[in-house]
Amino acid sequence: MSILRSLTSLLLFLALTVSSVAHAQTSDSEATALLQALADSSYAQKEQIISDIASSGDERARTWLEAYADGKLSQTKDTGQFVIVLTNRGRDWTVADALSGEELGEMSRRNIDKLRINNALRKEVEGLLSVIDLTVDNADTRLAAARALKGEVDAVLAEQVVSLLTTEGDSDVRAALEEALAIHRVEQGDLAAVAVLSGSLNAQARVALNNAAQGDNPELAAAASKALESIETKLKLNSAAETLYFGLSLGSVLVLAAIGLAITFGVMGVINMAHGELIMLGAYTTWGMQQLLPGQPGLALILSIPAGFLVAALAGIAIERTVIQHLKGRPLETLLATFGVSLILQQLVRTVISPLNRSVVTPDWMSGSLMINEALSLTLNRLYVIGFALVVFAGLMLIMRKTRLGLEVRAVTQNRAMARSMGIKATKVDILTFGLGSGVAGLAGVALSQITNVGPNLGQSYIIDSFMVVVFGGVGNLWGTLVAGLSLGTINQILEPWAGAVLAKIVVLVFIILFIQKRPRGLFPQKGRAAEG
Amino acid sequence: MTIKKHVKTGLSALALSISLNALAADDPIKVGILHSLSGTMAISESTLKDTMLMLIEQQNEAGGVLGRQLEPVVVDPASNWPLFAEKARELLEKEEVDVIFGNWTSVSRKSVLPVVEELNGLLFYPVQYEGEESSENVFYTGAAPNQQAIPAVDYLMNELGVERWVLAGTDYVYPRTTNKILETYLRDHGVAEEDIMINYTPFGHSNWQSIVADIKKFGSEGQKTAVVSTINGDANVPFYRELGNQGIDAADIPVVAFSVGEQELSGIDTAPLVGHLAAWNYFMSVESDANYEFIDAWTAYTGNEDAVTNDPMEAHFIGFNMWVDAVEKAGTADVDAVKDAIIGVTVPNLTGGYATMMPNHHITKPVLIGEIQDNGQFEVVWETPSTVAGDAWSDFLPGSKDLISDWRKPLECGNYNVATHSCGGAADEAAE
Repeated sequence: MSILRSLTSLLLFLALTVSSVAHAQTSDSEATALLQALADSSYAQKEQIISDIASSGDERARTWLEAYADGKLSQTKDTGQFVIVLTNRGRDWTVADALSGEELGEMSRRNIDKLRINNALRKEVEGLLSVIDLTVDNADTRLAAARALKGEVDAVLAEQVVSLLTTEGDSDVRAALEEALAIHRVEQGDLAAVAVLSGSLNAQARVALNNAAQGDNPELAAAASKALESIETKLKLNSAAETLYFGLSLGSVLVLAAIGLAITFGVMGVINMAHGELIMLGAYTTWGMQQLLPGQPGLALILSIPAGFLVAALAGIAIERTVIQHLKGRPLETLLATFGVSLILQQLVRTVISPLNRSVVTPDWMSGSLMINEALSLTLNRLYVIGFALVVFAGLMLIMRKTRLGLEVRAVTQNRAMARSMGIKATKVDILTFGLGSGVAGLAGVALSQITNVGPNLGQSYIIDSFMVVVFGGVGNLWGTLVAGLSLGTINQILEPWAGAVLAKIVVLVFIILFIQKRPRGLFPQKGRAAEG
Repeated sequence: MTIKKHVKTGLSALALSISLNALAADDPIKVGILHSLSGTMAISESTLKDTMLMLIEQQNEAGGVLGRQLEPVVVDPASNWPLFAEKARELLEKEEVDVIFGNWTSVSRKSVLPVVEELNGLLFYPVQYEGEESSENVFYTGAAPNQQAIPAVDYLMNELGVERWVLAGTDYVYPRTTNKILETYLRDHGVAEEDIMINYTPFGHSNWQSIVADIKKFGSEGQKTAVVSTINGDANVPFYRELGNQGIDAADIPVVAFSVGEQELSGIDTAPLVGHLAAWNYFMSVESDANYEFIDAWTAYTGNEDAVTNDPMEAHFIGFNMWVDAVEKAGTADVDAVKDAIIGVTVPNLTGGYATMMPNHHITKPVLIGEIQDNGQFEVVWETPSTVAGDAWSDFLPGSKDLISDWRKPLECGNYNVATHSCGGAADEAAE
């Protein structure tokens, strides 16, 4: 284990320097020699050199190692100068001198020779950096570093961890360090340490216990098996929670995609095959926003919510005025005409923007995951999408139930002639309703841009699912759409692990077909005479 | 009078025939381009069409081939597999093209195959594929499994010490055949059945949560685990994003992909992907003068400073140059003459070496393993010491291990069984 070796040497060094004098800066010629050695050596030799750099005591060592791990530490081909790449887009890259930190401006990328790194080395550099992190002031950094130690502790490092434990004040960091230490001790056959690991959800701890349970020490094996049993029960609970979360998150995507359709198809009765393309327009709006506001993906995403709504709503209204209103009461023609519109929109995007997918950046606050415990973490982008879906649903319910527009929409859809004779402008209501449904599709697009590809085919992959959810939930019922979306998502995710993604989809589809045979009007059928028409 | 008249008609006839001859010599050679410009595959195939147009333009500027200009004939099969066959027929029968460069997916190639064989056309196919096929009329300039998948697995096994394997793919013929080959290969190398996890997903799959969670679980048993991905097309983006979000680092569980190139990465925020691997025969980042020249020509041609190049583009570059050399060697663009002349033709590739057309209609290629960088490029971390010749019939499938392909005379057979010494052996079981 080379990582251990370098970690150990570094810790030894740290102990030495802390006890002796403050960091001394090596001369530039020594530093250049070290970097040159790093550039010239083979991958096997590089391991030694990075730990030499880390223990050189140079204040810049951390910067170099970080740049090296990021693949930014380079050497120019013409002068052999060591530089750190600041931006690496396009043909000319901006660089800074690695020794002085002075910015050198732009340089052709063909003149820049990167110091090569591979995964094994990157992990090792990160290990070195995290050992340095164990002694910093920030508790979160220490915690991350302590967690990274699990499974990496060896005899020498164990002593260091013990001494760190005497001074460590933060309880979370302590717990992580103790667990890291216990994993090492269980590996060494320490019976007392098994108790510390009992109930631990860490994968390394499980591996250590598994090995101990199969070992030749019967007492240790028995204790380890018992600890493993308690872990297994905990893991099962966690994995059930995880499946539920996956199901809800897939369900919320389905709800988002379908809810606009629930209005245009469910309430107005228009079969709009271009619904998917309205979603696509919303996603492209997000991309466009990010192009307008470079460097601020988060702000762009938030602004895309109203913008995506407007773009899709206007497009929807245009479709309604030009195509759908002329085909009132002719579902087959509407279906074919809107299918044509969907193809036109797709090809329009291909021709005007590009047939290639567009890259939509995920803002930092949406990447990564929320760690509940070591076996269960909730991915943040999905968490936001679930929240967003619920907010959109609540907003729509409010509009349909509490506003004048909602009242008029319900009146017109229940009995058009009667509503008109009561003075409601049916045409205006049609426009607004279709605009609302389309706008919500745009919102779905904004959310989907964060979890799937933004490309001309985005809409196609959601149109079938959307109709499925609306029909299953009961046409004309928003609650039905919510319940149907979430339950279909959950069923799919429960089936997927043992049936595979392809079969799970088929099973869900077959289930819906059977269900619709039995209950043609879905989960929540509309009651009353209007539903019969 | 009459004599004069006769002389006159004779002269004009002569003049006519001379002008006709001249016309024949100046008659352009027609090059068919069969790539989808609309539909799902447009994302990948439309750039190949532009590559071909650029190569043809360059060749014409340099004086064409045999003193004749090349005329591109572009058709759009619209990502519709049966339409590929129709368009190929149109190219060969109506446009009478001398050669076709085209196709991306294996299913579209299978659809075109009977047409080019029936009408005796020439097809250059530029994409890595599953092998288990050899046609007299098709030249495979992309990688066969032994030029991509097998070396990549060797790299993981020998250099990274991987012991557990996830074979994840999109549900169609290329991943299924490739995974069948890889599974046999891994089993032959002593990997136990429970250490191999195989998973298939539909085209465009976007909800990777539970699969990635499964992979995470599979990889947390203490042994080094890697994912071999034959996931195709844009399903890759949400896959890598989910990997990043669930905290799977390339250092813990590396993913080596066979279908993710520079083009695909240009649509992704690459930050969570850094360190994951891809196996190809060309990377845009390769440092060679030929490559620099090609990139400069490509960015100038597209007018886009940030335009990327990729492996199938290199395959077309090689295929096109081989065809040009073969036509010049044969002195004619006639299909049968070119077919014979092209075997053994050697042209420079873009990675600083050479590619040779083998008798089995596959070419020699270096195999490169690259790590994804945060700027959407790959950095080569390993490469085969020399070029590898493409093998049409895998040595690791029971149905095809005795088969060889050799289109030279006197054998002229695409599936010769060396065990039974007969042509046409066991091809069908192997392709199943």
